[in-house]
Amino acid sequence: MFPFNFEWVWDIGHVVFMGGLWFALSILGAGMTFVIVKAAMDTMNDSGESHH
Amino acid sequence: MDSALIPEGAERCSFPKFMIGISIVGAVLLWGVYAMFLCWFKGLNQTNMNDYYGFALWIWADLAVIAVGGGAFFTGLLKYIFKVDELKNIINFAVIIGFICYSSALLILAIDIGQPLRGWFIFWHANVHSMLTEVAFCLSCYFAVLTIELIPNILENRQANKVPFFHHLAHNMHGVMAIFAATGAFLSFFHQGSLGGVAGVMYGRPFAVREGLLIWPWTFFLFTWSAAAFGPCFTLLVTKITEAITGKRLVSDKTVHLLAKISGWMITTYIIAKIIDTIYWATVTAPSLGFKMSHFYTNNSFYGYWILVLEIIVCGVVPGFLLLNKGTRKNPTLRLIAITLGVIGVCLNRWVMVLQIMAVPVMSFDTWALYFPSWQEVATTVLPVAYGIIFIAVAYRYLPVFPQERELNQSKAE
Repeated sequence: MFPFNFEWVWDIGHVVFMGGLWFALSILGAGMTFVIVKAAMDTMNDSGESHH
Repeated sequence: MDSALIPEGAERCSFPKFMIGISIVGAVLLWGVYAMFLCWFKGLNQTNMNDYYGFALWIWADLAVIAVGGGAFFTGLLKYIFKVDELKNIINFAVIIGFICYSSALLILAIDIGQPLRGWFIFWHANVHSMLTEVAFCLSCYFAVLTIELIPNILENRQANKVPFFHHLAHNMHGVMAIFAATGAFLSFFHQGSLGGVAGVMYGRPFAVREGLLIWPWTFFLFTWSAAAFGPCFTLLVTKITEAITGKRLVSDKTVHLLAKISGWMITTYIIAKIIDTIYWATVTAPSLGFKMSHFYTNNSFYGYWILVLEIIVCGVVPGFLLLNKGTRKNPTLRLIAITLGVIGVCLNRWVMVLQIMAVPVMSFDTWALYFPSWQEVATTVLPVAYGIIFIAVAYRYLPVFPQERELNQSKAE
């Protein structure tokens, strides 16, 4: 899973598989971080729309 | 008693009546949980799996719930990426069904691996040459996507939505949902496909093996296609069941007809591809490996040509035609028959691709190996069904799942 795991090899298989996994996790993590931070800021400023 | 939690303007049964229903299904759930703990504490000797059946009832159930749960990713793709706005009326429910299906799939896998404490090994010590590793990665990530898609609906609960942070969070999550839906569609494409790919690359099993494109056998594409085709059928079927139980109309005919029409097109195109694949396999692939088609459907007490006809014609061609044709699609009874046949068809396809594969003799000295699950396997397979019923009951009671519910039932209430 990580380059410091003993079985890690820098080959195409690891790069594609793990790259794909970390890419997907990064999108989900970044997306959630963005909405949580924005919600916190909206709450503090109370500037968010009151309906959706 | 719990009226403060029930969506504004929605009518629900009394709390005691609700709890009686939950208790009855809860008893079934507990039976499954008991069997699950037996498997965990005593081991996989509680099952009837053996050297022939390393994959058994659980893996069929796993593949079946993942296929029927495909309605969530496909509906999300249509709603958020292709901007089919009409589907906003059913997307919440599709996500709930998807969440139940995928959490059930992960639960089944946790039982199936025998030692759930080592479940994280598949990530930490990943075998990058395995299609099942890809399945594990995409399945887990897509479950995270479904959880993210479900959160706004939970936060829109009448009481939760009064908390300013939750209100803003739900609002902001709706704003970026297209990104999550696109990620979910990408992940679903690969895990649905890889589940099919597992069968297609079984070179020692002529019943399953297929040619393909680059590293992907045709079964890779057929599995993704069938999940997108039949998943919406399951969404519509569960919606119909929920409407029957609650005695209310929850989704408008316009939305149902649209999803049924899309499903009809997907089923028809899928089944044409499936028929071509089957003919090519029967006339080229299997003979090139030294087998006649009759080898896979005769000389045993269960698997005959009937299963092929049932899967492809009765549960494939027929629902495709019924949903594609405007007249039959708009007839509620025929539409219900079509979506029910569709759901049976995709489950049957997964049965064939998991269990018939194991049953077919491969060596010249081999015989057919039929298998019957133990009660523990049956109980743990029923467990997700009970869990799903409870989840839907609770979600329907406390969350604003169906945006059209009030409007569709207004005349009734008056």
